Amino acid sequence: MKTALALVVLVIGSVVFHLLSPWWWTPIATNWVFMDNMISLTFWITGFVYVVILLFVAYCVYKFRYREGRVAAYEPENNKLETWLTVLTSLGVAALLAPGLVVWFQFVTVPEDATEVEVVGQQWSWSFRLPGADGKLGTADNRLISDDNILGINPEDPYGQDDIVIDGDDLHLAVGQPVKMLLRSVDVLHNFYVPEFRAKMDMVPGMITYYWMEPTRVGTYDVLCAELCGTGHAYMRGTVLIDSDEDYALWISEQTTFAEMSTYQKIELTNLGDP
Amino acid sequence: MAEIENDSLPILPPAELEEVELYHATNFWTKYVFSQDAKIIAIQYSGVAIAVGLVALVLSSLIRLQLGFPEMFDFITPETYYQFVTMHGMIMVVYLLTALFLGGFGNYLIPLMIGARDMAFPYVNMLSFWIYFLAVLVLVASFFVPGGPTGAGWTLYPPQAILSGTPGGQGLGIILMLLSLALFIIGFTMGGLNYVVTVLQMRTRGMTMMRLPLTVWGIFTATVLALLAFPALLVATVMMLFDRLLETSFFMPSLVEFGDHLSYGGGSPILFQHLFWFFGHPEVYIVALPAFGIVSDLISTHARKNIFGYRMMVWAIVGIGALSFIVWAHHMYVSGMHPYFGFFFATTTLIIAVPTALKVYNWILTLWNGNIHLTTPMLFSLGFIVTFLNGGLTGLFLGNVIVDIPLSDTMFVVAHFHMVMGVAPILVIFGAIYHWYPKVAGRMLDERLGQIHFWVTFVGSYLIFFPMHYIGLVGVPRRYPELGDAAFIPDSVATLNSFISLAAFTVGIAQILFLYNLFRSLRKGQPSGHNPWRATTLEWQTAQTPPGHGNFGPELPLVYRWPYDYSVPGASEDFLAQNDPAQIAKGGSA
Repeated sequence: MKTALALVVLVIGSVVFHLLSPWWWTPIATNWVFMDNMISLTFWITGFVYVVILLFVAYCVYKFRYREGRVAAYEPENNKLETWLTVLTSLGVAALLAPGLVVWFQFVTVPEDATEVEVVGQQWSWSFRLPGADGKLGTADNRLISDDNILGINPEDPYGQDDIVIDGDDLHLAVGQPVKMLLRSVDVLHNFYVPEFRAKMDMVPGMITYYWMEPTRVGTYDVLCAELCGTGHAYMRGTVLIDSDEDYALWISEQTTFAEMSTYQKIELTNLGDP
Repeated sequence: MAEIENDSLPILPPAELEEVELYHATNFWTKYVFSQDAKIIAIQYSGVAIAVGLVALVLSSLIRLQLGFPEMFDFITPETYYQFVTMHGMIMVVYLLTALFLGGFGNYLIPLMIGARDMAFPYVNMLSFWIYFLAVLVLVASFFVPGGPTGAGWTLYPPQAILSGTPGGQGLGIILMLLSLALFIIGFTMGGLNYVVTVLQMRTRGMTMMRLPLTVWGIFTATVLALLAFPALLVATVMMLFDRLLETSFFMPSLVEFGDHLSYGGGSPILFQHLFWFFGHPEVYIVALPAFGIVSDLISTHARKNIFGYRMMVWAIVGIGALSFIVWAHHMYVSGMHPYFGFFFATTTLIIAVPTALKVYNWILTLWNGNIHLTTPMLFSLGFIVTFLNGGLTGLFLGNVIVDIPLSDTMFVVAHFHMVMGVAPILVIFGAIYHWYPKVAGRMLDERLGQIHFWVTFVGSYLIFFPMHYIGLVGVPRRYPELGDAAFIPDSVATLNSFISLAAFTVGIAQILFLYNLFRSLRKGQPSGHNPWRATTLEWQTAQTPPGHGNFGPELPLVYRWPYDYSVPGASEDFLAQNDPAQIAKGGSA
């Protein structure tokens, strides 16, 4: 009795906790509202199964508890019942998998009009690079990294000259403009994680990973690292702003390009060289 | 209902079986220390596993101290925090759960349950334990070397695992961890081959494969998985040792560490992840399958009812074991591997949910129309059903690739895997200890203490891990010693974290009760007799309790029936032992 009751309380408690929980996901800021919907759908299906099965267990524990003289039934198998349960479970699983894979296809199919934005992670800070006027990012390689060229941009590549380099400052994105986030790491694994974006992906040294999204809500968002990257992991923070078109245009006009940065550095060096 | 017929295997007299030549211990050292008796080796394995498990328990309390009350304890820095997290995870998964289920329960139960006098290779069995013990010593030694143990996370992902930004990365910590793992695998391989050969070759007359108790099926299949999966980890540890010590570049691309160009180049960090999870996912089932098997036997015995759908249960164990080798990359959905892998691995992962769900149905259908004794083992089994179901269902979130993207690397994942492969198997271990302790010690564990232990552990664990999912839903990342300023995290998360920590300390302290019970009952427990639970399987039918050297009397038992003849209509008692020759119309199935 006591045990069955405890199980019922546990089921009711879990459902009430779920319904009243103030701990819920942050308002979304991109097009990936499908992900939230899929989580909700999964909650409904799994929650239903959880409640039904546990209440059934509670009922059994109550109804078939030990009593003097009770004899348990002898029923080794029941093919019909087992087949039914297999079919029903398969249907439930398929109901979760099928829409999940459809949305996954959208997630891995980058739209043609997405602009490229590069995020570079290193222990323990973020840098960003935008393609500049030509709309193309120049090639880059960790082996080219130096004090003058913190992102390892290939100086021979004409596409790289007008790239906008943002180091130690916030990234801005224009609302409504799909972006392909190209992710690169200088040293160890990192993960560019903005909870409001929903999407996330590891950054792996030696390769370029990516995901795409369309920012939908103007605002300021925290960037965190979501892949353990050493002792500074929890403190590797940044900020990304989703701007209105006007704000974005204003911001981008104030940025410096890779070519300009190189020129400044050359001038500085020349000045230092003068007696 | 399927027509169950009394199968008519020719019954051969045991005299036709060749007697096994047993090693006979002559003194204290060969009897209790360098013992070749599987029962002693089982106790050695269990003792060491539980001892090192207590270290992991203390580490988990330190982790919760930091998460629940950040900035209150100066001795917990990010460095030490990551070391605690890493060692806690590795100890629990490998050195406690794997060793206890296979080395502990496997050694004790396989020979007794299949009607053998000992393991096939007793000497190798002994060697297996001592190499495991050495692996544990090397692991524990890493706490005492300069720089301390590795803080790379239990997944040991390179490049950070062997670089200076990670605790122990450039010190001895990571080297000792990798060496210890390699030793563990070598030791395990010896034991594992032994368990497999014993099950296949040493079964007593009449003990067909389809008459094996599900406990043996679970341990046997898990061992096969381990023999196939651990080599991938061995390869990975050796390659990473080379990367660390010889500056090879198996896993290391060209990279710049704090402004310095390192000499590495051309390696692949993702290759390590594939090798790790090719081991790591089957590892989940190496822990889960023995738990599945054991809990089946506990439920059946204490509900006085045959396990429902035995054949389905066997095929589910084998099927889950096979499928577990083609789902590993669901741990890598956000790793940067080719995105099309997501389609394949999400599909295989969700397919594995079907046989797993069937097992859950069969456990609860075993309760249906049973005669449920709410003993401590039964309570722990019910606790297992709740937590395993909970963790299995959240697995449907994380296995479905698109749902995993927002949730991966958050506390949701931590809550999920603790529920499904932490709490659930450990509840089975407790249930199993309460169940088999009388056979090992000849005395019962105290039932009242056992019930208190169960309720505090079960309810406490649920209160730890159920709310933790919701912290993950908020988006709080895992492996953060403190949350810092982040607009999306409400202050109430800190309150919830403190609550979870208090629940964790309560559960931790309750384990003292269990240890007390364990030691006190050795002397003061009620004498148990040979078969206190009136169970059918062979280990309860031995002439001596605890069973002597050679397990059975002068003659090995002869098996006439499957292990689940409980409450057979027409039988004089509510159980028929496997070696009971009674001819009953309905009994003796499968």
